[in-house]
Amino acid sequence: MTEEPPAIRTRGLSKSFGEHQAVCGVDLTVRPGEVFAFLGPNGAGKSTTISMLCTLSRPTAGGATVAGADILTQPHRVRARIGVLFQHSALLPELSLARNLQLRARLHGLSRAQARHRTAHALRLVGLDDRRRDPVRTLSGGLRRRLDIARALLHGPRLLFLDEPTVGLDPPARAELWRHLRTLRTEEGITVFVTTHYLDEAEHCDRLAIIDHGRIAAEDRPDRLKAALGRATIRLRTSDDTKAARTLHEAHGLRPHADPGPDGTLTVPVADTASWLPRLCATLSDRGLQVHSAVATSPTLNDVFFHHTGRHIS
Amino acid sequence: MSSSTGPAPRCELRAVHALVLRELMRLTANPGQVAMLMLQPLLFLFTLGGGLSTLVPDHAVGGSYRSYLFPGVLLMSIQAPALNVGFRLIIDRDSGVLRETLVAPARRTTLLCGICLGGCVSAAAQGAVLIALAPAGGLPYRPLLLLGLLAQLTLCAFALTALGTAIAVRIRRAETFALLLSLTSAPFLFTSGAFVPRSALPGWLDPLAAVNPLAYACDALHGTIRALAGHPATADGAGRLPLAANTAALLLTGLIALYLGARSFDRHQATD
Repeated sequence: MTEEPPAIRTRGLSKSFGEHQAVCGVDLTVRPGEVFAFLGPNGAGKSTTISMLCTLSRPTAGGATVAGADILTQPHRVRARIGVLFQHSALLPELSLARNLQLRARLHGLSRAQARHRTAHALRLVGLDDRRRDPVRTLSGGLRRRLDIARALLHGPRLLFLDEPTVGLDPPARAELWRHLRTLRTEEGITVFVTTHYLDEAEHCDRLAIIDHGRIAAEDRPDRLKAALGRATIRLRTSDDTKAARTLHEAHGLRPHADPGPDGTLTVPVADTASWLPRLCATLSDRGLQVHSAVATSPTLNDVFFHHTGRHIS
Repeated sequence: MSSSTGPAPRCELRAVHALVLRELMRLTANPGQVAMLMLQPLLFLFTLGGGLSTLVPDHAVGGSYRSYLFPGVLLMSIQAPALNVGFRLIIDRDSGVLRETLVAPARRTTLLCGICLGGCVSAAAQGAVLIALAPAGGLPYRPLLLLGLLAQLTLCAFALTALGTAIAVRIRRAETFALLLSLTSAPFLFTSGAFVPRSALPGWLDPLAAVNPLAYACDALHGTIRALAGHPATADGAGRLPLAANTAALLLTGLIALYLGARSFDRHQATD
């Protein structure tokens, strides 16, 4: 059985503008069907990388394969297989939703019949089919972004690039947009490559790469990146902290340490709070110890970013 | 960017069609803006044409002054919309909107041709409205003449759109392009023979007229009127070159500009 080729594979992808090195030797592999986040502050090289992967600009060194086509030798094939949503919407506000989408479909080489069919399908996918005849100017910012996604999906791409898709949206609109993206991934099996500087958005992706000053600083699943910091802790208040510490050490090999003082707590370093919290409570309960309170604290992606880059992203 | 396999010709044509359609939809969606653009040539036709007709003797322009002015007014009606395509190209590039077009699976040359063709059709459509007012310009209402003028005006629009686009792809800032237009539009229009016969202009302006595409456009329109309406030629308004030569000059100007623009567009965008 052959393994499905990666949706994106880059090898030493680099881009410089004169003396300025915008992207430096990026090596990435994005698997088919995953939601991959490119996390970094403004000016980190996210948009430049997307531009190269979408064949809009040529790398100064290295190369990449996107949706099975080489960005240097098969740029048209790459563009035919990907959908792209940039930071700035190119919708014509005076035209209706359907008209905008049909124009886009024709631009992508679809026949009139295909354009009509795909427009109806894309509008249904993003939940805007009931507003197909409305002018785009009547849509809110969040709905326009959803329409942008529909535009990017018109020609049936297997890979969707989203460059800062939620910039300028309020939190409910952001949440709504992400709900639609997850639905797309589940129902259509589309690979999503998204650049963002919002930590909460990166958190919900399957994997992420941290980019800073044009270089990949770290790449893995969000939970693994956080776990690698090893600073997740569970703070417990029990009926007998000394006995509880000894119990947890004997039962699980953990090394809890008790904070001194009358209101002291027992701090237990763990790899993953979600799985350890119920286990610790169950162990202590089995030994007849009462757990009065339990607070789980995990490293955040901001901690991860700080760890790898020496500065906070937000 | 180089490519081992290009997109299918049918897909390329569809992309061009979409870009032309987009321009026409923009046009019909903004009737107020179109009306504003049409206002200036109409004002020229009725105020300048009416006002100066008593001052300019008929023999100086080979007929009534309003008839002489009509081709120039037609030219004015397409000049702004045709050159606006270049202006919008810079703005779209600056704002990132152009990338939405460039991500289509078509050659950049094709996309630029589509953008130019869209601008050309849009400008010609605006010119067509003025052509319909031919009797107001003292011209007979003959279908063949109107069609001939429309064809010639479309060619002029093509040359101007391609020129504007070729310049725009080399300019980074929209302000620079606007400044360039404001500096060159009036002198080029004036020396084209649109308002007064070129024989009435100082001789030292001749070299400028020789490299002025609007002069060839103006001559071509005058020549079309003379050929299809039997309208008397102006003193030199019908041009120093035959109609076919003026038409060829316009076509060549447009094609060379389009070629240079496309080459530069491909190179500039790839290195962005």
